[in-house]
Amino acid sequence: MSGITDLTIAEIRDGLGRKQFSAVELAKGYLANMEKARALNAYVAETPEKALAMAAESDKRIAAGTARALEGVPLGIKDLFCTEGVHSQAASHILDGFKPVYESTVTANLWRDGAVMLGKLNMDEFAMGSSNETSYYGPVTNPWRSRNSNAPLVPGGSSGGSAAAVAARLCAGATATDTGGSIRQPAAFTGTVGIKPTYGRCSRWGIVAFASSLDQAGPIARDVRDAAILLKSMASVDPKDTTSVDVPVPDYEAALGQGVKGLRIGLPKEYRLDGMPAEIEKLWEQGKEWLKDAGAELVDISLPHTKYALPAYYIVAPAEASSNLARYDGVRYGLRVPGDDVIAMYENTRAAGFGKEVRRRILIGTYVLSAGYYDAYYIRAQKVRALIKRDFDLAFEAGIDAILTPATPSAAFGLAAMATASPIEMYLNDIFTVTVNMAGLPGIAVPAGLTGDGLPLGLQLIGRPFDEAMLFRAGEVIEQAAGRFPVSEKWWA
Amino acid sequence: MSVDKETVKRVARLARIAVTDEEAASLQGELNTILGFVEQLNEVDVTGIEPMIAVIAMQPRMREDAVNDGGKAADIVANAPVREGNFFVVPKVVE
Repeated sequence: MSGITDLTIAEIRDGLGRKQFSAVELAKGYLANMEKARALNAYVAETPEKALAMAAESDKRIAAGTARALEGVPLGIKDLFCTEGVHSQAASHILDGFKPVYESTVTANLWRDGAVMLGKLNMDEFAMGSSNETSYYGPVTNPWRSRNSNAPLVPGGSSGGSAAAVAARLCAGATATDTGGSIRQPAAFTGTVGIKPTYGRCSRWGIVAFASSLDQAGPIARDVRDAAILLKSMASVDPKDTTSVDVPVPDYEAALGQGVKGLRIGLPKEYRLDGMPAEIEKLWEQGKEWLKDAGAELVDISLPHTKYALPAYYIVAPAEASSNLARYDGVRYGLRVPGDDVIAMYENTRAAGFGKEVRRRILIGTYVLSAGYYDAYYIRAQKVRALIKRDFDLAFEAGIDAILTPATPSAAFGLAAMATASPIEMYLNDIFTVTVNMAGLPGIAVPAGLTGDGLPLGLQLIGRPFDEAMLFRAGEVIEQAAGRFPVSEKWWA
Repeated sequence: MSVDKETVKRVARLARIAVTDEEAASLQGELNTILGFVEQLNEVDVTGIEPMIAVIAMQPRMREDAVNDGGKAADIVANAPVREGNFFVVPKVVE
């Protein structure tokens, strides 16, 4: 049965405008869903009082005829975003009790446009992970289950709480962040739409930093239109983030419905991996057919440095993380574990406060930046990164409008299934997404089909810098051909 | 390149993370797996390639050199685990 919380953001906008329901009713509907879905562990903090107060304000605005772009739309916020006076701990023990006295630019933009905050969403600790299992608050369970099995599955990561909450109707849309695939991979695992915009499109100010040259905020939403609506509000140039770009934010929704007729879609041969599951291969073929049927021209392209993106990423990202996470010292915020002297206090605090994956990445980062290794590792990785970006530049210069690839090498896997795997096996989840971060490009994941076991799979479109509109256009064509993928059974409620 | 246990301990010291002997041994294996994986970057010919500085080429914006924020000592120490008035408290660092 379709209820108020099954509406998309576009439908909420219409329904509130026509006074079919109130923003308070809508917020209460979501708060009730959240209460029944605690077993999924999608939220690390719920903010019902804030939600109801913001919704009441929205109802006043609607009554007064001064509704804003996202008036009354209930959103979940990834715990990586600083929200004033509210739990903002990057799902880490080391930020215990941290309540910022400021608001991130992205969330401030959303509240400026009338959105309503439901709470903070679970994630991998400091956004380091691809399964949401590194969270201090425990893993998130994917609302999807395989046909004929009750075994819990991961929602992907790091924005696993965001993706699970959107799929399970625990928010109308969510903020997320993507450093190597953390928006697109969980979106693909949950049948939702996630877009990582161009580096610099959204301000990073007030978002807990992981790898500053790669991190970007973006939305996870029910459909392509909702993602377009949310990104329009989230994106801005910001004097507080000098890497945010002073390019006007287009009306992404206006790009919808333009189709792909005459566009040139690139198909990189390097994304055809040895041993790629037949279902992924088939999905990719299907995506090509859909775009071709809609009038696009398919063009085989080569991105020769693709295979080096993941190893280069595992130098650049940990290196930047080791610098960014130096600030967690037990002095200014969060956890402090005493020691005999100041150094012992730092060491004890950081040993207790960071989880295993975070400690591992800090050590790798510290090592590759240490004297004698900086050139061999870090500088070489940044040179390879320049080559990865050049591959894309050349493809776009040759007239390619967007690139179509699978979003992930598999569907969602079992909770704890990777517990004994080597770190590299987990890192391979990001094999199709990480190149996009290395090149700073926009990428969108759109649900495109189900596996034989009934689990969602996604396709990825990669665009030119600041051409998110193209991704929404082409993404919508896939969405219309593939149909929607709501979770069939709310087994947790 | 691979790391030995002593190197793991030295790096952990640089990173200000306490590790036990047991942890150092298991980290040694994990770090070597990752370092083995990134080794393939040595195959790439990077002759004449400049390392990437900024992923999106743009002119840094200039701003007026003026104070536009401040006077928030109480806010700044608000989240400190130990504080006295508007000061962070740390273990004694000067004898």
